[in-house]
Amino acid sequence: EFRRFSLERSKPGKFEEFYGLLQHVHKIPNVDVLVGYTDIHGDLLPINNDDNYHKAVSTANPLLRIFIQRKEDADYSAFGTDTMTRKKNVLANVLRPDNHKKKPHIVISMPQDFRPVSSIIDVDILPETHRRVRLYKYGTDKPLGFYIRDGSSVRVTPHGLEKVPGIFISRLVPGGLAQSTGLLAVNDEVLEVNGIEVSGKSLDQVTDMMIANSRNLIITVRPANQRNNVVRNSRTSGSSGQSTESSLPSSTPNILTNFLQGEEESDEEDIIIEDSGEPQQIPKAVRSSESLESLTQIELHESTQNGFLPSSEINLNHSAGSISMEYEEHDPDHKSLEEDGTIITL
Amino acid sequence: MRRFLRPGHDPVRERLKRDLFQFNKTVEHGFPHQPSALGYSPFLRLMAIGTRSGAIKLYGAPGVEFMGLHEENNTVMQIHFIPDQCQLVTLLDDNSLHLWSLKQHNGASELQEEHRFTLKGPPGSPPSATQITAVLPHSSREVLYLGTESGNVFVVELPSFRVLEDRTITSEAVLQRVPEDYCSRRSCELVEALREHPKNPDQILIGYSRGLIVLWDLQNSKVTHHFLGSQQLENLYWQRDGSKFISCHYDGSYTQWPVSNDNRQPEPLENLVPYGPFPCKAISKIYWQTTKNGLPYIIFQGGMPRASYGDRHSISVIHGSQQTAFDFTSRVIDFFIIFSSEPMAEFDDPSAMVVLAEEELVVIDLKSAGWPAVHPPYLASLHCSAITCSHHVSNIPLKLWERIISAGSKQNIHYSNMPWPIDGGTNLAPDPPQRDLLLTGHEDGTVRFWDASGVCLHLLYKLSTVRVFLTDADPNDNMNTLGEDEWPPLRKVGTFDPYSDDPRLGIQKIYLCKYSGYLAVAGTAGQVLVMELNDEDAEHVVDHAEADLLQDQEGYRWKGHEKLKTRDGPVRFEAGFQPFVLVQCQPPAVVTSLALHSEWKLVAFGTSHGFGLFDHQQKRLVFVKCTLHPSDQLALEGPLSRVKSLKKSLRQSFRRIRRSRVSSRKRRGGSGNASEVQEANAKFDQDALQEMELAPVQRKIEARSAEDSFTGFVRTLYFADTFLRDSSRHCPSLWAGTNGGTVYAFCLRVPPAERRMDEPVRAEQAKEIQLMHRAPVVGILVLDGRSTPLPEPLEVAHDLSKSPDMQGSHQLLVVSEEQFKVFTLPKVSSKLKLKLTALEGCRVRKVTVANFGSCKTNDYSENDLAVLTNLGDIQIISLPFLKLQIRYPCIRKEDVSGIASCVFTKYGQGFYLISPSEFERFSLSTRWLVEPQCVVDVPELTSNNHVHNRSGMENTTRKS
Repeated sequence: EFRRFSLERSKPGKFEEFYGLLQHVHKIPNVDVLVGYTDIHGDLLPINNDDNYHKAVSTANPLLRIFIQRKEDADYSAFGTDTMTRKKNVLANVLRPDNHKKKPHIVISMPQDFRPVSSIIDVDILPETHRRVRLYKYGTDKPLGFYIRDGSSVRVTPHGLEKVPGIFISRLVPGGLAQSTGLLAVNDEVLEVNGIEVSGKSLDQVTDMMIANSRNLIITVRPANQRNNVVRNSRTSGSSGQSTESSLPSSTPNILTNFLQGEEESDEEDIIIEDSGEPQQIPKAVRSSESLESLTQIELHESTQNGFLPSSEINLNHSAGSISMEYEEHDPDHKSLEEDGTIITL
Repeated sequence: MRRFLRPGHDPVRERLKRDLFQFNKTVEHGFPHQPSALGYSPFLRLMAIGTRSGAIKLYGAPGVEFMGLHEENNTVMQIHFIPDQCQLVTLLDDNSLHLWSLKQHNGASELQEEHRFTLKGPPGSPPSATQITAVLPHSSREVLYLGTESGNVFVVELPSFRVLEDRTITSEAVLQRVPEDYCSRRSCELVEALREHPKNPDQILIGYSRGLIVLWDLQNSKVTHHFLGSQQLENLYWQRDGSKFISCHYDGSYTQWPVSNDNRQPEPLENLVPYGPFPCKAISKIYWQTTKNGLPYIIFQGGMPRASYGDRHSISVIHGSQQTAFDFTSRVIDFFIIFSSEPMAEFDDPSAMVVLAEEELVVIDLKSAGWPAVHPPYLASLHCSAITCSHHVSNIPLKLWERIISAGSKQNIHYSNMPWPIDGGTNLAPDPPQRDLLLTGHEDGTVRFWDASGVCLHLLYKLSTVRVFLTDADPNDNMNTLGEDEWPPLRKVGTFDPYSDDPRLGIQKIYLCKYSGYLAVAGTAGQVLVMELNDEDAEHVVDHAEADLLQDQEGYRWKGHEKLKTRDGPVRFEAGFQPFVLVQCQPPAVVTSLALHSEWKLVAFGTSHGFGLFDHQQKRLVFVKCTLHPSDQLALEGPLSRVKSLKKSLRQSFRRIRRSRVSSRKRRGGSGNASEVQEANAKFDQDALQEMELAPVQRKIEARSAEDSFTGFVRTLYFADTFLRDSSRHCPSLWAGTNGGTVYAFCLRVPPAERRMDEPVRAEQAKEIQLMHRAPVVGILVLDGRSTPLPEPLEVAHDLSKSPDMQGSHQLLVVSEEQFKVFTLPKVSSKLKLKLTALEGCRVRKVTVANFGSCKTNDYSENDLAVLTNLGDIQIISLPFLKLQIRYPCIRKEDVSGIASCVFTKYGQGFYLISPSEFERFSLSTRWLVEPQCVVDVPELTSNNHVHNRSGMENTTRKS
């Protein structure tokens, strides 16, 4: 059943109202349904709260294609990355829900709210022996809950094998974030903290770096147990199927990264109480640099225009961003106002 | 992609940076830590001090200083100047000899090590055979005589250190003609002393530890005289004419021996135990100085009655009926007498005694009646009471400078007027560019004012806060009051006194306004004193107020120390800084931050519980603000020392173990050859790695939360006249930063001057900023419309600074231990930041705005932040763009007390403690460099051999 109707783009209203509107349009007032839409990358994404509803409306260009399924016979696996590249299949599933299936899907409820969670990231740009883990503390009361220690590891150097000092995870606190994610383990060697290499740094320095980044900690480790590494398929086959079926949370990285960029910024914001009033987040000062804005625009433009795979594209952008941050702040030399702008955006 | 837009190196800026910044450690101020040897050259009029860490420091006229460091870092045991040369020889505890020279280079002298040498015995001989116990540089300047433990005296050529084996004086040769019965009782044993005859360079006196003394003829290689001492020998001294010498002994006696050609084996002339008859301690060194009036000065170290005064560190001076036993505050390392070096002079006529004690240098004027002490221009004992804080004030106005000096001179009336007797060398350094004061706060409640303008850190004035309070110790209790007939006639000398009567008196924060002469001082028991400089003595009542920082917080009990009791009624204060207001914080926790605004007449203070503002004009508390988090029990209960965690102490003990292993290995590797050393090093690295695996030190990774301890601890306070509420009107404001990353801003209303006494000062909280990373706030600064830091109070009024730009918008810089952040004002929005810790893993320990001038042009200067991190690095960060300019390693990161003690000046210099008693001075600026620059010229040589003899003899020895 297809329906076509118009919405005011500038005032989309609340999800509740929209949901009511859908039920009204389809004349299914008492049927629970799942609402989804296809985003610009062709992924089928759910609409179930105000935030993703607004996001969906903002992507309408000019049409927003919305899919509605009955909740009781919904196919949850339909949601996710690259779902629309398998369009035929998905559409067949979505449009003919009574289509016979070989095995029944395990029903996992949809998240009620998008929230960044701890995850393995940058799988596609790191060597398979390394793992980059984002421990996302925002919104949880769990302690980070791990300890690090000095140790030594063996490296291959031009002079043969060499024992070099390194930093290792020594203990996980039961019930802590690190343990509950299962992404870090005792004796994993810490290689980087938020994009900065730890080699040559003391245990105290690495401790301070981790605590300074504790609200959004990204640790690159070499897992002590190398048997659980993500085995990557070749690029051509990897683009379809694999990511959704993978058990790892990295299966929906683009959603996360999209949201994180906004979230990360606000997360860093300090709080101000003016005249003993209500606490507010401190806003960013208006940028003085025009050229920088045009630069960011160019970048965004490119990422949408060129033909890279969307998921990896965003990841690459993200990591490029963090690397450039490192360079910018390490570099003592440049002093022009233009350059200072880059720090403001970070 | 952004990377390509970044201009790699801006060559213009790079060049400017070279003109602006430069890192140098320029000079060490204070008293050497753990001195171990002393030497003096009457010829150069230079004094040398050796330390247990292998440093040697030479001092002459004020400003003439040299420093050298032995690579081995071993204890310096003896220092001997080569007669009539700019050279000296040091003996280390690894039995190595080192020859140092003062060489002129570009018009200035430099101290350089030239040669090193270790005496080697024949194969198979025990190490004691060559263990050096006494050194005599001969007046011929060609040879060194080395007395050893075996009793042999070796002769080595200078400067090559070639052993002249045929000239070795063996103990067998010496014993040949010694009477049988004496010989059987005492073998020679080790050589205690070697002394050259004052008139005849061919004769040397050799003293052996069992008491035998012989006069050896160098020409004929034989003994000419035997002196059969019966007591264990400590030291020897020739009289000026060479007709007599004096020996001192282990039992506290000294003996005079005649030397004449009639009697080759004379009996002693006189044998005395000066502090007998009960058993006495050894006399380890003795001088016999002749005078015109015939009465000699007999000066000796030790010899006190063992039972009652055995613990005293004394040097006795006897001149006729006058006798004083100078009682030193710490162990006497060594001493020397300055006397007439005029070659033709018939008498010694001693003028001064210079004593190196373990913790201070004391010089006694022997010419003035009563033998008063001389005030040394350098080598001040900074640690006479432990330093608890320091504060530096640059560019003191002349008026204030003179008033402080005059106050100080009234305290120094008991010192001798004698000009400084050690006056060798010429100071070439230009006059210091400005008058700088370094103020040190001490554990005993005193503040010392040091002239830090030049190379010599010189005490100007000492302020004591003790008189305001009632303490257990009675200030009139004088240790020196001894009765007329007191025996021995002890007299305490020196200022070293590390024992504080009451730790609550300790000074924690100092703030001096150089324009108004107002001084604020805060201490361990929450006491804040505001003082004013008065040129006269005065007796007045100190106004007293209490600041309850807990306010309405209920149910907490302070388990720390009590507040100090104050004296009732008027108190008499000597000329100088006199307190007129005392504010006591309640609970009486240590004051952690202090700010004074002399124009507004306000003083702000903070503790671990909160902060307060006091109007010292109206003597009224304006407000207090409690910064405590309700869950912060530790802060409420007691002093900081309680929280020292078990984890931390464990960590420290691990470090200690590791360090001791390192040092023991180093010692073992020291004597081996290069490959052995390498091997040992490799082995050590391996061991260290293994050790790390065996005993892992763990660090917990946890985000900081609002519930952490000591979040309310007030770290910094700052007054600023800026735009706090709206951009049209600026007003006085007070800013406070806490350990938990909170910044409070208070809007102040200070009545105009004509109504200052009539209307109260009002304060209202205007802003509260919580940094999300919650790191301790260590600095707050407001930049004006030109992005220049706001001037100090009264700076503009004294025409020493441009008025701040009140047209453009102001910016707020908040420095936490982890980040630098710039916010706009009055609406607080974040503008830029530098995340130091996230990027480098280091944390800010100290931060100051410093002005850097270019060394190329006089008209360019800029303000930057000078930052010291917990790794001991110094970074210079530009204002207002927060760009790292340059980084220098400065202090070892393990040296926590060094890092904690660092103070920066306003012109890119700084000081930090390298030991409890020494400040290292460093400079980050190319324009302001205070370092010793001096020359030592070789005085013209007289052909008269007499001088050579005297100077040769004067070299001091010290035995381990």
